Amino acid sequence: MLGEGILKGLTETARNFFGSFVSPERLTTVQYPEERIAPFEAARSFPFLVFDAKNPGDDADWLAGLRCVSCHICEKECPPKCIFIEKSKDKKPDALGKQQFYPTRFDIDISVCMSCQICVEVCPFDAIKMNTVFELSTTDRFGGLLLDRQQLAQSNEYYHQIHPTEAAGVDEMRAAEKAKADAKAKAATEAAAKAAAAKAQAAQQPAGGAQS
Amino acid sequence: MIKNLDQIFLLFEHWIVSFLPVAWRPMGAIILSVLAIISIFPALFALTTVFERKGLGRIQNRIGPNRVGPLGIFQPIADGIKSLTKEDIVPTSADGVVHFLAPIVQVLAVFMGFAVLPMGRNMVLADMDAGLLFYFSMGASTELSVFMAGWSSRNKYSLLGAMRAVAQMISYEVTLLLSAVPVVMIAGSLSLTKIVAAQNYYTHGLPHWYIFTPWGLAGFVLYAIATTAETNRSPFDLPEGESELVAGYHTEYSGFKFALFFLGEYLAMFSISGMGATLFFGGWAAPFPFLEWIPSWIWFFSKLMLSIFVFIWLRGTLPRLRQDQLMNFAWKFILPLCLLNVLVTALWHFLGVGWERWVFCSLILALAYVLMGLGGMRGMKVGPRRYRYAE
Repeated sequence: MLGEGILKGLTETARNFFGSFVSPERLTTVQYPEERIAPFEAARSFPFLVFDAKNPGDDADWLAGLRCVSCHICEKECPPKCIFIEKSKDKKPDALGKQQFYPTRFDIDISVCMSCQICVEVCPFDAIKMNTVFELSTTDRFGGLLLDRQQLAQSNEYYHQIHPTEAAGVDEMRAAEKAKADAKAKAATEAAAKAAAAKAQAAQQPAGGAQS
Repeated sequence: MIKNLDQIFLLFEHWIVSFLPVAWRPMGAIILSVLAIISIFPALFALTTVFERKGLGRIQNRIGPNRVGPLGIFQPIADGIKSLTKEDIVPTSADGVVHFLAPIVQVLAVFMGFAVLPMGRNMVLADMDAGLLFYFSMGASTELSVFMAGWSSRNKYSLLGAMRAVAQMISYEVTLLLSAVPVVMIAGSLSLTKIVAAQNYYTHGLPHWYIFTPWGLAGFVLYAIATTAETNRSPFDLPEGESELVAGYHTEYSGFKFALFFLGEYLAMFSISGMGATLFFGGWAAPFPFLEWIPSWIWFFSKLMLSIFVFIWLRGTLPRLRQDQLMNFAWKFILPLCLLNVLVTALWHFLGVGWERWVFCSLILALAYVLMGLGGMRGMKVGPRRYRYAE
């Protein structure tokens, strides 16, 4: 009959209205600044730079541990062009012990950044990852939203905290790479030692030959 | 004591007026009453906005505003300050004068309606013999302000909203008037105080409100539908349908002018609710004789707030209609029923006191409702929506 649906709807909303007073579990709203829910693991806001602290928990040596080698790939790939990098003149050893450049400037303008994660996808050094912080409001919309390398630097432990699964995978890969590099280095040193020994022997023999 | 409480506002007014010279007293009394009306109803409006938001929140299983003050009760103050400090933008190509006048005309027209509403025993500003007529003519003039706003803004959304509003308000104005006609027929007067007096007596401890008669119930339902449309409230809020027209006729209004439109809308709701209470719910009369010790103005305002609650409840329940549905509903369903209701009221009058008129009138109205409902819904597919996608 006409009007039946309206009555049905009215009872439903009335049930909601009175039910929300009696059963608080109906109210799903989180009272945000006072209450918080943990962010989801797959959440992402803006990129940050990962560094490996020498002593876990000590963030003083962030610059030395920075994984970024200033290769400019992310800067070139960034669709809104919000990354600015300046390469260093000198080099410092990276985690594999190889001499690498490092960024003297690494700025991300998060007012431009669109959180697309492309910089993360293209980084061959796992140096840039997505953060989950979202309370970034500031009274200065130009300087306040332009983050420099120190503001961007976060330890690997922090990365483990916000994206545990992903970080574990990255660490595994890096450990494998390091093992491979170590093995290669060991082989190289052994080969070098062998070569040196052979060379020494060879050098000795002609000398001996000359003697004899 | 109880009598004094019932008349407390009048006594207060007399006391203040007694300080004035005799010649100024009538004018002073009128100015005081006007001041009371233009301060009480906006205050009620402020309260209603926060209660509406909280009520809608509860209907949607939310808490609603709870940040400003305890339980968010000071929210309207914050909103008021915000709208006062906002920039007042007038579009370059807008008609400045009309654009400026539209919100003022709206609020003025709505306030005029309060003049004839009896808000308690002896509490009526202007006890006109043709109060009902005056009230409806003032209510109709709000359409002018709506169209002024839409036309002067020079904005397609504003104009579309205003055109919708005028079409809707004129259609429902007819049914609004026709749904009030039975009351006039039975009460025999256009004076609102007389209409209240005609309902304010009891037999066996039960009131003689018009809502408790078949034609009164039908008239009230029709009146309620017409008022919802007349005040542009959901589900008839097409003139300001956010999803299609930005904000309808007040798209180009900002700051305090927008607040005035908002105020006008709510004041219209109050006054039309008060009118509904007066016509069908015995105005300021108590529902039972043993409750007559409660002041009459409390009864009036509680009836008013109850109907505001129903407005909010409807808003939280029903989705917006489409323009053609709205028009069809007004002209093909509500209007015939209104005309039939007028006939039934005449029948009720001429059948005289007895059980026959109850049976006949109820039967006719119920039958008409069911048949017209069936006829109107014939060929209409009712059920869950089926989506068709392009292949």
